[in-house]
Amino acid sequence: MALLQIAEPGLSAAPHQHRLAVGIDLGTTNSLVATVRSGTATVLPDTQGRSLLPSVVRYLDAGGSVSVGYDAQAEQSRDPANTVVSVKRFMGRGLADLSDTATQPYRFVDAPGMVQLVTRAGVKSPVEVSAEILRTLKARAEESLGGELTGAVITVPAYFDDAQRQATKDAARLAGLNVLRLLNEPTAAAIAYGLDNGVEGVYVVYDLGGGTLDVSVLRLTRGVFEVLSTSGDSALGGDDFDHRVYCWILQEAGLSGISPQDSRLLLTRAREAKEALTEHGETRITVLLSDGQAVDLSMTQATLHDITRTLVEKTLMPVRKALRDARIRPEEVKGVVMVGGATRMPHVQKAVGDFFGQTPLTNLDPDKVVALGAAIQANVLAGNKQTDDWLLLDVIPLSLGIETMGGLTEKIIPRNSTLPIARAQDFTTFKDGQTAMSIHVVQGERELVNDCRSLARFVLSGIPPMVAGAARIRITFQVDADGLLSVSAREQGSGVEASIAVKPSYGLTDDEISRMLTDSLAHVTTDIEARKLREAIVDAESLAEATRNALTSDGDLLAPEERQQVETALAAVATAIARQETRAVNEASAALNRATETFAARRMDRNVQRALKGQNIGNL
Amino acid sequence: MNADFNQDHFALFGLPRRFRLDDAALDTAYRKVASEVHPDRYAHAGDAEKRLALMMATRVNEAYRTLRAPLARARYLLSLAGVDTQEETNTSMPPDFLMAQMEWREAVGDARAARDVGALEEVSANLARERRGYEAELAEALDDRSDTVTAALLVRKLRFLEKLEQEAGDAIEALLF
Ligand SMILES: Nc1ncnc2c1ncn2[C@@H]1O[C@H](COP(=O)(O)OP(=O)(O)O)[C@@H](O)[C@H]1O
Ligand SMILES: [Mg+2]
Repeated sequence: MALLQIAEPGLSAAPHQHRLAVGIDLGTTNSLVATVRSGTATVLPDTQGRSLLPSVVRYLDAGGSVSVGYDAQAEQSRDPANTVVSVKRFMGRGLADLSDTATQPYRFVDAPGMVQLVTRAGVKSPVEVSAEILRTLKARAEESLGGELTGAVITVPAYFDDAQRQATKDAARLAGLNVLRLLNEPTAAAIAYGLDNGVEGVYVVYDLGGGTLDVSVLRLTRGVFEVLSTSGDSALGGDDFDHRVYCWILQEAGLSGISPQDSRLLLTRAREAKEALTEHGETRITVLLSDGQAVDLSMTQATLHDITRTLVEKTLMPVRKALRDARIRPEEVKGVVMVGGATRMPHVQKAVGDFFGQTPLTNLDPDKVVALGAAIQANVLAGNKQTDDWLLLDVIPLSLGIETMGGLTEKIIPRNSTLPIARAQDFTTFKDGQTAMSIHVVQGERELVNDCRSLARFVLSGIPPMVAGAARIRITFQVDADGLLSVSAREQGSGVEASIAVKPSYGLTDDEISRMLTDSLAHVTTDIEARKLREAIVDAESLAEATRNALTSDGDLLAPEERQQVETALAAVATAIARQETRAVNEASAALNRATETFAARRMDRNVQRALKGQNIGNL
Repeated sequence: MNADFNQDHFALFGLPRRFRLDDAALDTAYRKVASEVHPDRYAHAGDAEKRLALMMATRVNEAYRTLRAPLARARYLLSLAGVDTQEETNTSMPPDFLMAQMEWREAVGDARAARDVGALEEVSANLARERRGYEAELAEALDDRSDTVTAALLVRKLRFLEKLEQEAGDAIEALLF
């Protein structure tokens, strides 16, 4: 959309045109949506004033109607098989990755790459379930902001791998959201905290939610948020504490072989007990099981702390690891920001405090801070903020590698490299006349391919036939700012661009997404064609406007005939818009994009030179 | 594309082309340049510009990574001077270095076998000290004497040390986590 304007601090582009952008915290347990209004980030509540949306989706009938949030949550023990909770744990995960399927009330089906759930509305992938949550939040935002959203920043645990990130992005696309960026949750928290408090130095964000633990070490320097390292455990969170309490109840009450309904009910009671013990020294647990049996127990804070001590200890491992990777000693840390509902537990706070030798920062609402940070970022990315006084430099959480002989991995991009990053690797053929080869990309730190996550298998074909070892195929692995991987290949000698067949080991193909999208829109009466035209025109207009602004401010960078080319492309956009044809508008936009490539490069160069000069003057 | 992509890493950050580098000045320059080219600055821009930002930001990160690490920086300076460091091909080393090398390797191996994190950390610290000694020699060879032959040898030595440090680090991690 609007081109070039963000690099022009002084130049305000149509200030009246505030683009509606939101930040979404798509949590394991709870999700939230926030936006920046009149310069302040605020969480958008539902019509009843509730900020949180429980991440619970219940399938109501075979037609696929759903209830999402509190209503679904209220029914979960009555209808456990059709009420999906903590779906985030299944995102981008195969059946083999899930350790606790036995205690889950769902019927899982193993699909290639990602598990699916059997519901009364049919087999659902975690991506589809998550899309329902996102759709609800999108509707909430559009209703309360009174317009269509331009885009959204969706947060993900920093420790999410490529498969989990891709699944999240797919879910957002499925929900009809334009994803401006996937943002790491701890980084979002740091933005909200850091910008509010104007802090400098090294900070640690410790985010213990319902299903995941995320740890990031960041350095804040004059508006730059530089992630030094990140670590975590994508299967450790408040749910595990619930589970310990649940097991304790089973044991104390001598229960075994209980039904899925009772199991769900006990888990709910376990969680209530855990939460109550944050404030109180003791709590009662009473449950009436379906066979009429009554459970009545009393649990003390000391007992809770006792049975979850190993879990708390386990959360400190990623903290140690992140510090080690960042080459930071605990005493160099200026502050520890606590995020996530589970950090309310006093023994968690104490353990973290003891580790760092300082009281953790708990003055933020641990439920909201991630969504607020995402909203602040979304506001900037949508182009609403003209002064770019801060920047985010994030890292890739897990190493990327390829499979080599004997099922071993060879690392290509090491974890905690600053994004974006690209690495090229040369390969050759091992047989005469070989025209194809296959490459297996994995993510993880372990030596054996089987212990890492399989991301994709590529088949390179169209290699010109040569003697063995003569071809030199350079494969470039590019990871973008969202932490998502793309791959390209080229035969160096002949310059032949080898074609790549991408077979993701997970996730959805574009075709699948568009089919699901059509399915979900089938019963909606919006005219999809009209909507496409409107979107194309909005994009084209803002591109044209930004180009005109750029010509005004930096037109001197173009020779007269170069300028003429840009002007011609601009005129073509106007003509296409007048014709009201989606394809023509898109083509004209694409042509304008191409016509401004060199211009954009020169402008970028000029801005870099200006920035460096500014620095030199500042240093004198 | 224009000069952006052909500039050397030092010019990119407006820094003098030499081994002795002011880390703080590099950090500051990196943040300035990264701020201008980061894809976040172009999230609402046209596709062409988005692609350009991704390429430039990737390039800037690569340049920073290269200059920030002394071994990579030395290797890069040598490559700018047209000198091949022969890290894969030239394995001949002075005998005293080979001896020291063997002792280091043994120390790492013993500590790993004994699952002794303290000992591994001590070896790491010693290796780091040794490495800094070589880095000081590199500064003299490259900046003061333009002695690229010695510099290339030092790069090969440093490469050995770095691999050992990595091994010790991996061993520590394997024991700790
Ligand atoms: N007062 C409390 N005491 C203990 N745990 C709590 C409390 N409030 C919320 N939690 C726990 O926090 C977790 C949810 O945290 P949240 O940050 O919302 O998770 P997520 O980011 O995974 O959606 C749940 O396990 C919940 O039981
Ligand atoms: Mg969370």
